[in-house]
Amino acid sequence: MSVDVQTVKRIASLAKLKIDEDKAPAAEIEFNKILQWVDLLKEVDTSSVEPLVSVNENFLEMRRDEVTEGNQAEAVLANAPLKEYGYFAVPKVIE
Amino acid sequence: MTDLTKLTIAKAREGLKKKEFTAVELAESYIKNMELKRGLNAYVCETPEKALEQAKASQAKIDAGRGGDLEGIPLGIKDLFCTQGIATTACSKILQGFVPPYESTVTAKLLAAGVNFLGKLNMDEFAMGGSNETSAFGPVVNPWSKDKPLVAGGSSGGSAAAVAAEMCAAATGTDTGGSIRQPAAFCGVTGIKPTYGRCSRYGIIAFASSLDQAGPIAKDVRDCAIMLKNMAGHDVKDSTSAKNMVPDFEKVLGGDIRGLRIGIPKEYRPAGLNEEIAAYWDKAAAMLEDQGARIVNVSLPHTKYALATYYIIAPAEASSNLARYDGVRYGKRIDGEHLEDMYVNTRTAGFGAEVKRRIMIGTYVLSAGYYDAYYLKAQKVRRLIRDDFVRAFEQCDVILTPTAPTAAFAIGDKTMRQDPINMWLNDVFTVSVSLAGLPAMSLPIGLNKNGLPLGMQIIGRAFDEETVFKAAEVLEKQAGFKGAK
Repeated sequence: MSVDVQTVKRIASLAKLKIDEDKAPAAEIEFNKILQWVDLLKEVDTSSVEPLVSVNENFLEMRRDEVTEGNQAEAVLANAPLKEYGYFAVPKVIE
Repeated sequence: MTDLTKLTIAKAREGLKKKEFTAVELAESYIKNMELKRGLNAYVCETPEKALEQAKASQAKIDAGRGGDLEGIPLGIKDLFCTQGIATTACSKILQGFVPPYESTVTAKLLAAGVNFLGKLNMDEFAMGGSNETSAFGPVVNPWSKDKPLVAGGSSGGSAAAVAAEMCAAATGTDTGGSIRQPAAFCGVTGIKPTYGRCSRYGIIAFASSLDQAGPIAKDVRDCAIMLKNMAGHDVKDSTSAKNMVPDFEKVLGGDIRGLRIGIPKEYRPAGLNEEIAAYWDKAAAMLEDQGARIVNVSLPHTKYALATYYIIAPAEASSNLARYDGVRYGKRIDGEHLEDMYVNTRTAGFGAEVKRRIMIGTYVLSAGYYDAYYLKAQKVRRLIRDDFVRAFEQCDVILTPTAPTAAFAIGDKTMRQDPINMWLNDVFTVSVSLAGLPAMSLPIGLNKNGLPLGMQIIGRAFDEETVFKAAEVLEKQAGFKGAK
């Protein structure tokens, strides 16, 4: 499979990254090279294979849905680049 | 007094107990070495005051006869572990200024066992890289460098270099596709990636959650055993951490390996394999055979698909894990006109080239229309790779392979720069094990003709680190590698 410059830009925008206009062609070439390389997997017959999501899927278990370490607002906000009134502050979203 | 930084953990522990020196003296000698060897760029944050304060407390406990298992042992901590009150950046600009308000489970366990923290160790940005060159703090210099600076390997490059240069008694590392084993091999030290689930991932900055595992890098096999025992164990804060009992790994050391079956996978010997590495591999097998082990030829037929599988799964998980860096809750923020702009500006300025590359691949393979063709396909091949090992372990007890296809290469190497895939090929002998979630140790086997260390990898069954340690210790004794740089 190969992708074009437009797709590379779309992927960047999905990933919330910006690719400079002049760097887009190089990014496209590199992207395609990598895709070509992983295309090797196509030759493996996996028609009767279940995906392996985790190597230790056997011991995942449920736990009670309850607060274990509450009242940590200060610690949670300690590293915020900007905070106001006990909340994370972000640029205006609604016009 | 002998140079205290030469002592293994086992020896230092003994000396402390016998009052031959104090924990403060031990910490001081490492701090001196850290200052002398700053040129290696192994530490990105030094915490000597903290180490000395902790050493004093350790000494008081030792004097009172109630020290922990690692009381007074000075460690370096990979910058991927959250350490309460100590800057933690994953060596990324995007986490500049982040000071965790909590402690990772692994480092908390080590602290409870009595260790002292010398500082945070350099690594590839978010553990993505095999040469430590993607670090926002610049590359680590391999202590074995001769005329030109060589890489220390990655991603735990700072950990391996610091242990090799005696700038800490041992270090924590993490391994997603080879990040403990390959740098350990490049720097002539010993490291183990335990079974997936052995150590809690809580508080370790996530790269690829189904693969990430913490483990030690240390001066020898015994020290790795001591360290791992104090890092491992079930943790309610990590649902993927295993409930299996953590054995006293040290206890199996010194046992004999008569009758142990050593698997040699034929797929790990491609036509172009470096001759010196192939020769050392044969030699290592012969050494184990001499000690009564039996060599068995095994096959891991899906080996050639491991790298491609890994470079779909790891970036996919990374792209999702790294979505959290948006300039809102921690780290760097680059303002923009509106929220969306702020996200894009922050991430574009904060992430380095390799991290962006992997986020992009991951985003693509998870995106609508490609999920089945790439991500799901890779997960299916992952099962085949895991099943290969399950079958191989019906015929053998451990598997012996080289750790990396080359010795340490130069910083800024052109071939590696040219094409990211060349750098990824470094992981060829380590990624399969990661995909299968198995324990594997790298230990130095000897020097190549340029005087650079080469490593051998011993792979075990899931949760059978004990046999890995046992075989590794025998090989270590036979190889007689003279470590320290």
